[in-house]
Amino acid sequence: MGTRRIYENRRAFLRKLVQGTATVAIAGGAVSIVGVDGAWAMSLQSIDARGAKTLLRMARLMYPHDQLGDFYYAKVVEDLDREATGSPETARLLRDGVAVLDEAYGQPWIELSEGYQLQVMEKISAEPFLGKVRGATVVSLYNNPTLWPVFAYQGSSAEYGGYLDRGFDDLAWGEIPDEEASPEAYRG
Amino acid sequence: MAKYDLNDDHVVVIVGSGAGGGTLANELCQKGIDVVLLEAGQRQGPDTFINDEWASFAQLAWLDKRTTSGSWRVARDFPNLPAWICKTVGGSTTHWAGASLRFQEHEFKARTTYGAIDGANLLDWPITLAELEPFYDRAEKKMRVTRTNGYPGLPGNNNFRVMYTGAKRLGYKTVHTGRMAINSTPLDDGRSSCQQAGFCFQGCKFGAKWSTLYTEIPAAEETGRLDLRAGAQALKIEHDASGKVTGVLYADEKGDQHLQKARVVCVAGNSIESPRLLLNSASSMFPDGLGNSSGQVGRNYMRHTTGSVYATFEKPVFMFRGTTMAGIIQDEAHHDPKRGFAGGYELETLSLGLPFMAAFLDPGAWGREFTRKMDQYSHMAGMWIVGEDMPRETNRVTLNTEVKDQFGLPVANVHFDDHENDERMRSHAFRQGSEVYRAAGALEVYEVPPYPSTHNLGSNRMSAEAKDGVVNRHGQSWDVKNLFVSDGSQFTTGATENPTLTIVALAIRQAEFIRDGMAKNEI
Repeated sequence: MGTRRIYENRRAFLRKLVQGTATVAIAGGAVSIVGVDGAWAMSLQSIDARGAKTLLRMARLMYPHDQLGDFYYAKVVEDLDREATGSPETARLLRDGVAVLDEAYGQPWIELSEGYQLQVMEKISAEPFLGKVRGATVVSLYNNPTLWPVFAYQGSSAEYGGYLDRGFDDLAWGEIPDEEASPEAYRG
Repeated sequence: MAKYDLNDDHVVVIVGSGAGGGTLANELCQKGIDVVLLEAGQRQGPDTFINDEWASFAQLAWLDKRTTSGSWRVARDFPNLPAWICKTVGGSTTHWAGASLRFQEHEFKARTTYGAIDGANLLDWPITLAELEPFYDRAEKKMRVTRTNGYPGLPGNNNFRVMYTGAKRLGYKTVHTGRMAINSTPLDDGRSSCQQAGFCFQGCKFGAKWSTLYTEIPAAEETGRLDLRAGAQALKIEHDASGKVTGVLYADEKGDQHLQKARVVCVAGNSIESPRLLLNSASSMFPDGLGNSSGQVGRNYMRHTTGSVYATFEKPVFMFRGTTMAGIIQDEAHHDPKRGFAGGYELETLSLGLPFMAAFLDPGAWGREFTRKMDQYSHMAGMWIVGEDMPRETNRVTLNTEVKDQFGLPVANVHFDDHENDERMRSHAFRQGSEVYRAAGALEVYEVPPYPSTHNLGSNRMSAEAKDGVVNRHGQSWDVKNLFVSDGSQFTTGATENPTLTIVALAIRQAEFIRDGMAKNEI
């Protein structure tokens, strides 16, 4: 990616945190944003700080899971940034889209209430900008293996020998199928 | 492995290495016939398959550009992905779930049984179930289909048990873990029995599910007669002044083009690429496309009437554990016009991992209502509807001359409008599937629209008369006697059942016809 993650001076960095907002630093052309709790950080090449904060908020409003920290939504923005870095067309779409959001009420969209933010998003729901952010978010957010345990999705099992001995038939309720409908598993 | 010269014109060239092409290649090689097998994709295997939905999709799926039109929802949600099929050695047999059901007798006589239906282009098959039965026998044996030839059924997973619970309470009778081309016991050749790993759609990492990739193709290679060329994209079929085909122009991995001479050409690129190849092979002698004097190439494209029902329950299900298609309800598979539609449907369990569930549960949806459903993921059970859809002349694969592929050739456009019969069947199946889950105690039930098509059928159909189709009862072109269609595009109608077993049976049968025709110098 060529981005420079600014983790070295993490402690010094965290000291700069302003209560209630993420911290932004710019170094060598890359934007780095760290969450208020220091639990997440993103480092971006193409998307600017305002864009990043807007897209992060959009991702959460589109696929809101209250149990998920911003860490997961920040990854969505990083994936969008990677795409934008390789595609000037995407970069422009995102930049122009954020500007459209900010124009809706003549003040930064990010400062609007949740209700107003959703209302603005719904108003542009058929636009390519929203479609791009939505499509990228639905793939990137749920494709993150660190998030799967939150949903009790266990993913690949081949490396553990499959689910044969890991609960493939451990349903604790319902009818028990007869042997003809569902024979015993072969276990060698 | 054999290596034939490009100018060696005694070989049979097969385009596509999936259920049709891969099986046909092996059957011909076993009969002593030399085969060049052109496969656009790369060779993977159980060791390289990736059990991660999006990464596997990037590895196996056919992602070259296609376009869509028509009123089907796929055209809106996935405009460049009409089908979820594969570009890899073994084709979509790497991705299929393994359900292996024979067609019912009446399904070979769809026009006679269902009568004339407005807006449908129904036709009887030029073959009968009785004619195909010996080949079904051989296909089931070859594929080790459970509940045939003494192979036991697979054990049901949690997703099956939820389906079973509801089905039994609802009074359905034929409910079991299906006839599956998945080993329920291990094989001598080292292929494992099913380890319930899930990820059947992503390539079986245990090789337990039948795929031409590690059955038919290695068997053909062992004969020393198969020249498999991976990364070879067929571009055009050439012919001579007499109208016989003479070879296939293809591009290799580097994009360099080669013409492989051939005595016989068999097209098995699935129901989108196969008609596209014929249409892209138009010439002054065949101005509307090779083998298209009837105008039927690309028409009557079918995709089965599908849809899914997912439901949430009070207690966890973990539907992703174990075989993807883990069980079936067959009580609705018959033809009973009293239900308000012609043909029947199967209900088969299906599960998606969290990433694909997000993509397919309600494509395009966002907001708290959607995420509330996703939060229930571990408590969901799922089933897939697969039913007979109506062939329509207007549902068709055409060339989109506005959009070109990496070789400068027009891409395929897939146009599809559901027939009213399809909609009524889907509605019925949604209702019945929902009832099954409610009987099992569902808290909520979701009707999920069809995914990009996995069963792509009928676009080069078989017919008793030349004017009605593209190929005869042997899959042989009506116009060009040394040109064959060897995949699901030769299906006259779609029937209720998952198509792979029938594709394999037809390929076994076709191999005999080609062998005999070559021996008698008729082709």
